[in-house]
Amino acid sequence: MPVASPSPPSVQEVKTTTCYMCACRCGIRVHLRDGVVRYIDGNPDHPLNKGVICAKGSSGIMKQYSPARLLKPLKRKAGAERGAGDFEEITWDEAFATLAERLGRIRASDPKKFALFTGRDQMQALTGMFARQFGTPNYAAHGGFCSVNMAAGMIYTIGGSFWEFGGPDLDRAKLFVMIGTAEDHHSNPLKIALAKFKRDGGRFISINPVRTGYSAIADEWLPIRPGTDGALVLAIIHEIIATGLYDRDFLVKYSNAGQLVNVSETSAECGFFVRTEVPTEEACYEPQDKLWWDRTTEHAVLTHKPGADPYLLGEFRLQDGTPVKPAFQLLHERVKDYTPEWASQLTGISAASIRRLAHEMGVTARDQKIELPIAWTDSWGNEHDTVTGNPVAFHAMRGLAAHSNGFQTIRALAILMSLLGTIDRPGGFRHKAPFPRPIPPCARTPNDPRAVQPNRPLDGMALGWPSDPDDLFVNDDGSPVRIDKAFSWEYPLSVHGLMHNAITNAWRGDPYRIDTLLIFMANMSWNSTMNTGEVRRMLNDKDTEGPTAGEFKIPFLVVCDAFHSEMTAYADLILPDTTYLERHDVMSMLDRPISEFDGPVDAVRIPVVPVSGDCKPFQEVLIELGTRLKLPAFVTKEGARKFRDYPDFIVNYETEPGSGIGFLAGWRGRGGEKFLRGEPNPNQWEMYARNNCVFHYELPKSYQYMRNWNKGYLEWSQRNRITRYAEPILIHLYSEVLQRFRSAAQGKGLSRKPPQHLRKRIDTYFDPLPFYYESLESQITDKHKYPLAAVTQRPMAMYHSWDSQNAWLRQIHTHNYLHVNTRTALQQGIADGDWIWVESQWGKVRCMARHSEAVEPGTVWTWNAIGKAAGAWNLTPDANESQKGFLLNHLISEELPSSLAGDACRETESQARRARTGERGRTVSNSDPITGQAAWYDVRVRISKAEAGEPQQTSPQFEVLEPYPGMKTRSSILAYLGIKQR
Amino acid sequence: MALALLVAGLAASFFHLGHPERAWRSAAMWRTSWLSREVIVLPAFMGVVFLYGATHWLDWHPVLVTLPGGLPVDPSVILGVAGTLLAFALFLCTAMIYACLKFLGEWHSPLTVINYILLGGASGFTLAAAFAAVTAPELVSFLAGWAAIITLLGLFSRSASLVRNARLKPKSTLQTAIGISNRRIVQKTQGFMGGSFNTREFFHGQPVLVVRGVKWFFMLAVFPLPLLLLLAGIHGGSIALGAAFVVQYLGLLAERWFFFAQANHPQNLYYQAIA
Amino acid sequence: MTQLALVIDLNVCVGCHACVTSCKEWNTSGSAGPMVDQNPYGADPTGTFFNRVQTFEVGEFPNTETVHFPKSCLHCEDPPCVPVCPTGASYKRPEDGIVLVDYDKCIGCKYCSWACPYGARELDEQQRVMKKCTLCVDRIHDMSMSPDDRLPACVKACPTSARLFGDIHDPASAVSLAIRESGGYPLMPEWGTHPANHYLPRRKTRIKIHADELERADNPLKVDGLLPRPARSEPTLDDVTTW
Ligand SMILES: Nc1nc2c(c(=O)[nH]1)N[C@H]1C(S)=C(S)[C@@H](COP(=O)(O)OP(=O)(O)OC[C@H]3O[C@@H](n4cnc5c(=O)[nH]c(N)nc54)[C@H](O)[C@@H]3O)O[C@H]1N2
Ligand SMILES: Nc1nc2c(c(=O)[nH]1)N[C@H]1C(S)=C(S)[C@@H](COP(=O)(O)OP(=O)(O)OC[C@H]3O[C@@H](n4cnc5c(=O)[nH]c(N)nc54)[C@H](O)[C@@H]3O)O[C@H]1N2
Ligand code: SF4
Ligand code: SF4
Ligand code: SF4
Ligand code: SF4
Ligand code: SF4
Ligand SMILES: [Mo]
Repeated sequence: MPVASPSPPSVQEVKTTTCYMCACRCGIRVHLRDGVVRYIDGNPDHPLNKGVICAKGSSGIMKQYSPARLLKPLKRKAGAERGAGDFEEITWDEAFATLAERLGRIRASDPKKFALFTGRDQMQALTGMFARQFGTPNYAAHGGFCSVNMAAGMIYTIGGSFWEFGGPDLDRAKLFVMIGTAEDHHSNPLKIALAKFKRDGGRFISINPVRTGYSAIADEWLPIRPGTDGALVLAIIHEIIATGLYDRDFLVKYSNAGQLVNVSETSAECGFFVRTEVPTEEACYEPQDKLWWDRTTEHAVLTHKPGADPYLLGEFRLQDGTPVKPAFQLLHERVKDYTPEWASQLTGISAASIRRLAHEMGVTARDQKIELPIAWTDSWGNEHDTVTGNPVAFHAMRGLAAHSNGFQTIRALAILMSLLGTIDRPGGFRHKAPFPRPIPPCARTPNDPRAVQPNRPLDGMALGWPSDPDDLFVNDDGSPVRIDKAFSWEYPLSVHGLMHNAITNAWRGDPYRIDTLLIFMANMSWNSTMNTGEVRRMLNDKDTEGPTAGEFKIPFLVVCDAFHSEMTAYADLILPDTTYLERHDVMSMLDRPISEFDGPVDAVRIPVVPVSGDCKPFQEVLIELGTRLKLPAFVTKEGARKFRDYPDFIVNYETEPGSGIGFLAGWRGRGGEKFLRGEPNPNQWEMYARNNCVFHYELPKSYQYMRNWNKGYLEWSQRNRITRYAEPILIHLYSEVLQRFRSAAQGKGLSRKPPQHLRKRIDTYFDPLPFYYESLESQITDKHKYPLAAVTQRPMAMYHSWDSQNAWLRQIHTHNYLHVNTRTALQQGIADGDWIWVESQWGKVRCMARHSEAVEPGTVWTWNAIGKAAGAWNLTPDANESQKGFLLNHLISEELPSSLAGDACRETESQARRARTGERGRTVSNSDPITGQAAWYDVRVRISKAEAGEPQQTSPQFEVLEPYPGMKTRSSILAYLGIKQR
Repeated sequence: MALALLVAGLAASFFHLGHPERAWRSAAMWRTSWLSREVIVLPAFMGVVFLYGATHWLDWHPVLVTLPGGLPVDPSVILGVAGTLLAFALFLCTAMIYACLKFLGEWHSPLTVINYILLGGASGFTLAAAFAAVTAPELVSFLAGWAAIITLLGLFSRSASLVRNARLKPKSTLQTAIGISNRRIVQKTQGFMGGSFNTREFFHGQPVLVVRGVKWFFMLAVFPLPLLLLLAGIHGGSIALGAAFVVQYLGLLAERWFFFAQANHPQNLYYQAIA
Repeated sequence: MTQLALVIDLNVCVGCHACVTSCKEWNTSGSAGPMVDQNPYGADPTGTFFNRVQTFEVGEFPNTETVHFPKSCLHCEDPPCVPVCPTGASYKRPEDGIVLVDYDKCIGCKYCSWACPYGARELDEQQRVMKKCTLCVDRIHDMSMSPDDRLPACVKACPTSARLFGDIHDPASAVSLAIRESGGYPLMPEWGTHPANHYLPRRKTRIKIHADELERADNPLKVDGLLPRPARSEPTLDDVTTW
């Protein structure tokens, strides 16, 4: 016998469910021996990961049995400081009673005073609904600090986006350009596709200041200076137009390139499309009422008039003398000065490379066309025998998004993709259901503070897609209604909220104070907050005067987490969640499903092991609370409990009585015979369980492409209530939505006007055409003093903060270094492995440096969220994570001085600091001025060698966090066998 | 005395094993493994030494054969010859354990075997001389003389191996280790940051200065110092001879450490960064 | 004769470590386990792994290549680790060429680890026996598994399918083909160990664009009239000739 004899006779079982070691949501098979997890592998029958699994997914065992798990509901001991981690065990009854009493009181007086923010969760449909039912506008998930620029920049341009709603079709692409992506959400599928793409001979270019991970296997690496991609993309557009490498036919038919814009300086309509009288209903789609200048008749005609062909370039005069230009002409004028030489200065990439890049894209798109024999009909009734593909695919993520100029950069990218004719076509970008959606999508927040009323659900969605200034959620004086100031004039298109400012705003009472903050699955006192040290102080800060003297500025803090995180230490009440292997979950079409290019896909989780300790799924908590608070969706008219538990809720809940739309799209109807829409099916869970926990509807081939303008698809989607309208979704090369805000800032039109101090800001940034500006933080930074850009990257084998409790994964990343280009480091006399100080104008960190040839010399970087507070995550206080690991977040500010709110005057550094600490003056979030996207990657730093005598320990350090009551003790040696210990 | 040392050696090697209780298995592969051979030779040698000692102890000298030259051969002579041969065999096996690893350039050389025999012999004779100074003074000059001669030879051979090793160009490089020909390759991580067996077992973790210091120490302590002491004690100075042994023994411990420290194991190419 | 092996494609390996932890996960609860972790929640956590992914930087900025390099036992055809083993615990299976350690025989003397030039063996600090990649011998020959599952755990896990598995002595196998056609190479060939595992090098795809491809007759600029059309009223030959 080669090795020890096989495992003793035991009960072996395999159960399928959905992984949640990250947000990718792969299908997994959990192999159990006597009820203990023995092995987890990828489910080969799952459409997403097709049997593969990643480092995290394979380490699920160590999450399940981690000693960092919270196993009891806890409350902060009376008199203990927040952050000290001094808790006592309570029962769920007590927890629910406390919450129901407190929240009931808030709801009856001022529902705004309850705020619910959620981190990397996958149940925004439920949390969002709970908040709305409660009646508070103060709800958001992590999108605002994550990648809202990516979502908004693309959805406002092409009606779909990377990030979970679409992606590159690498099966068919010939050239793939990846920009600012490290790991992304589509973790396994992207890896599968990338490898296949390379094997098939595709050319892969990565644009990234750092060469790691995916970029490592790129055929070409273009090391760009952070924050300058806008310049690069605009220069590529310049070159594509200059050489005529754009797909004219595509632009004419499927974008607003040919539509005529009023360019009369004197007209109130200046900057808007010229419209004709076409009867339309008031709705969120775009009526087909714009004009082209027809080449054959030399006249203005209704767009898409059969036989007409518009000019894309030129200037024309309407009969009434109004000067007009096609949108494409305006784009052409916009990029005229954005030459490769100009961009080269900013980006550090040579003009020749930029030109070559543009040529490679344009020539590949034009000359390697794919014609698939798929017949389809466009929205104007034209029948096509084939679907054409221009095989140039892109993918971009937070390298673009996490900058304060990200929205415009991403819009530029979406426009470049459109110029190349690659939208929802083979080999290009492809949508995933429920996208594409109208530009912008129909959901709106209320636009009136009176939508918030005691004991009533919020009249509208907490998050939505503004299409003009009248959609903003502001008070009559223009001030924000929401605690995070989302949908206000400061960040009008903050479609995912600004979770990163919630704590600071609530602490300062700007715009107001709140009572209870419920944080679910977010480590807001550590890695998902900017300015970590200050935020920790705010969480523990008390009023010193007035009637509330001695009370916390944020009076009640509830945290639902599964682990001993830094955030739980600040809670007044800790709700211990289950792990993903212990609970039901849905990846719903109402939220972010796992759809494929070929059709909608949603998925579920089904428990494979029993719940540990006194844990309770947060889903159950919400249903119980909703029921106790008698929120209308959770109780009958008589006020009685409607849903037994979460699985029962999922099966029986309908968006409206009889709507047939619920959380799950698969196996609806009494006997599971319907999909997307249908009556509740009592056996829905079993059917999911039998089908690998996933429902996949494959669209007919003719509905799989060109979906923005595919009559068949749009009508199918309308019939199945995925969208309300079946009107074509034209690409917005020129964004009228942005123009509406700009025009309001210029005092024009009938809509609401921004407050005076924000007019300049809106006028500047709400440009209907993409443009490049230096990131906000750079604008106020002395770059001689802080010459380096500092960014973070996702490590593939670690998910944010939550894997540091994982005995296997933490061996791979037990601490982090600051990676510095070798020459940059040597200039400072810094050797490989030296202890250094990294300073920004907001803070400083001591850490270890690592030389690297794989980073642009003006950039330093580190892995995200490896550093830990001592003792947290039930690690020993001397664990590497806290002693050598560090967070870049200490160097990042969540706010910038008010000068950036409007008046462009520069402020000195000390003023900036004072403004930030709230002593004086107005501040503005360190975010994109359009979307409120947190500008993590704008920070600028300088580095210097630490003194010889300094401790070899990272700084700052925090007080050691002790384990809480009810947690398992950590072992000093582990030999996992997957056998029940008897 | 010899036996006690051998037992101590055996015990030490026992306990550096992961599984001393299974040590008996280690004789199995004598056909291929020098370690296995050593494991066989060692007890054989011990046995012979024991018997040799016993014959003297019991004063059992029956003449078995008389050689043509008239020399009487009794069991102790046979045992003595056998013991000497086995001692050589033991040195050879032990040395070959190291010398047979062909990719360990520093070890893979006849000099390793020669050094082993000479250094082992030198210290043996030094000890014997010191021992004789107390028990059998008539043998002292003979033993000390040989000790000095062998030490001197050891000096030459050990220096030769130092010179050789200093000139050694490793056959394996990062280029051959990962199969990439670029001149500049730097390992950034071994994939694990808390270390691994391969970073603990093969790296002494000492700075170059320490290594160099150890080298000079053993070069002094093994050769010139004992030589001087041996010469001083050649006429029965038991203290000098004792000192010679102690100094040389300490030197040899350092030599052993250096021997391992100097071994530039090709596996190290894969473990240059615990990060 | 069969020689099973892994062929690792550096051209697509992104260094994700899936092969690392899936290997650990399969093997720690299996017949090669448990694989110890020391200080799992403390300073310098360390444990037994059969497969590790290392990272190398090749070249100088900006011509840098980052190479992720997975390495496990290479199952040498002439394995120096085997003959030195005094107990016979280390052996090479004649039937499939897998090099294994019999934990019941191993005395933990570490000699084999010194005899392996690749640093592929690890002493398990808890069981005090030598361990290494088994090529998942308890998966690949387990007839109770479905054929698709009869692969090493790391191979199944790898999202980029950078890990191929098969018989390198069978010229028709996918691994032999990959070695032949993609320039597969062994590590440290200088020692004559003939590692069965091979590596496939990076390969680059480039695009060549000719100048005339940028002009072309169907250039849309010609349609969109970057060259402005003269107004109809401008003088033309029509004004002066009659024919
Ligand atoms: N410097 C810097 N900072 C960043 C980023 C960056 O790039 N650079 N990225 C930002 C981005 S994009 C994001 S999305 C955020 C992410 O930051 P967070 O949303 O805070 O994500 P995590 O750190 O993973 O923490 C989530 C919390 O969820 C808990 N948790 C894990 N599993 C469960 C569970 O099953 N149930 C419950 N209830 N809790 C669970 C964990 O214990 C942890 O406390 O970080 C942001 N912070
Ligand atoms: N394994 C793992 N997977 C994850 C996560 C995780 O923590 N671990 N987190 C998930 C989450 S919440 C998110 S939001 C996604 C994020 O997915 P990504 O966006 O892929 O993640 P980031 O680490 O933010 O990567 C940003 C990349 O952009 C580069 N970059 C920074 N600034 C610039 C710039 O100005 N220009 C360009 N061109 N590049 C730049 C950085 O070097 C880095 O490579 O990943 C998700 N997937
Ligand atoms: S990519 Fe994410 S969801 Fe998929 S296996 Fe890995 S951790 Fe699990
Ligand atoms: S799983 Fe595959 S891609 Fe990931 S590190 Fe291992 S070999 Fe490379
Ligand atoms: S790689 Fe090392 S352990 Fe594996 S067979 Fe070769 S020599 Fe032996
Ligand atoms: S450690 Fe075990 S396998 Fe290795 S040589 Fe010693 S006995 Fe053989
Ligand atoms: S073949 Fe099996 S034992 Fe070897 S590295 Fe892969 S998973 Fe680990
Ligand atoms: Mo994120």
